[in-house]
Amino acid sequence: MEAVGPNPFLFVGAVLFVCGVVCMTTKRNGIGVLMGVELVLNGASLNFVTFSRFTPLGLDGQVFSLFVIVLAAAEAAVALAIALNFYNNHLTIDVDRGDELHG
Amino acid sequence: MSVETLLFWLFAILTCGGAISVAVSESVVRMAFSLVLCLGSVAVMFLLLGADFVGATQLMVYVGGTVVLLVFGIMLTATGPFTKIKSSGADAILSGLVGVIFLFIVSTTVTAVRWDDVSQRVAVGAHQKAASHGFNPEQQGNTTRPLGLSFLSIRADRDLKLSAGGDANGVASLSSGYLLPFEIVSIHLLVVLVGASYLARAKRRAATSQ
Repeated sequence: MEAVGPNPFLFVGAVLFVCGVVCMTTKRNGIGVLMGVELVLNGASLNFVTFSRFTPLGLDGQVFSLFVIVLAAAEAAVALAIALNFYNNHLTIDVDRGDELHG
Repeated sequence: MSVETLLFWLFAILTCGGAISVAVSESVVRMAFSLVLCLGSVAVMFLLLGADFVGATQLMVYVGGTVVLLVFGIMLTATGPFTKIKSSGADAILSGLVGVIFLFIVSTTVTAVRWDDVSQRVAVGAHQKAASHGFNPEQQGNTTRPLGLSFLSIRADRDLKLSAGGDANGVASLSSGYLLPFEIVSIHLLVVLVGASYLARAKRRAATSQ
């Protein structure tokens, strides 16, 4: 049996990306939207590591996926702080209620 | 079928199942659990790709840090009805349909490319050492030292003499490495965490006091 090539890994990355986008667009819970963002970032990170393994991208892919992981952690911290502030002000986490700027 | 292939398919199914479960489940707590499953399986896929340091970092930072942060966010905001906010059935059907079409487009596009040809074509001249097989062909892992050296622009995976930046004497101009981006990211992380703790500090509820 031949070893697994790049395409199955890329397909898994595509599934992660699509699930993240669907999650971001359909969830009304703010934390759910955050989880969608995490899924999208993980799909991109998986693609980076796959290309680092199978193409001449080399070690750059792994370094970039490390940066993606760290920046995703920072993004999650800030977004959770904003979600907590939103909850303090609106007493709900429903993102449809954040429409004060609606013209 | 080798053990590696078997492991890949097992964890690919776990990853996709976790991601789909995050996208379709109603309860936020179940979404968090599925996210843990999905991200842990992605870490195993990193290990299968020979990126052991990235896999370990994924386990520690994502599963041990980010998801715990998300779970705390759920605990602090989930009062009564807000753990389940449903969208209507028509919305769910429509979004599922759009998601399947989008997945079809993305996966057919990605799998239509023959990556071997592309990497051969890209690799001409630039870094031939990694051209034929990519980095780390034997999947031996042990990437911590090459990663650390790449921050100092010492590259284990490519021949710097063959790079396009070499001058007339054949001496390669050193690439700048990843030290500066690493420092920028670390300062960014510090600023972000201070800002997040400032944003999330406890205070009186504005909505109730009005």
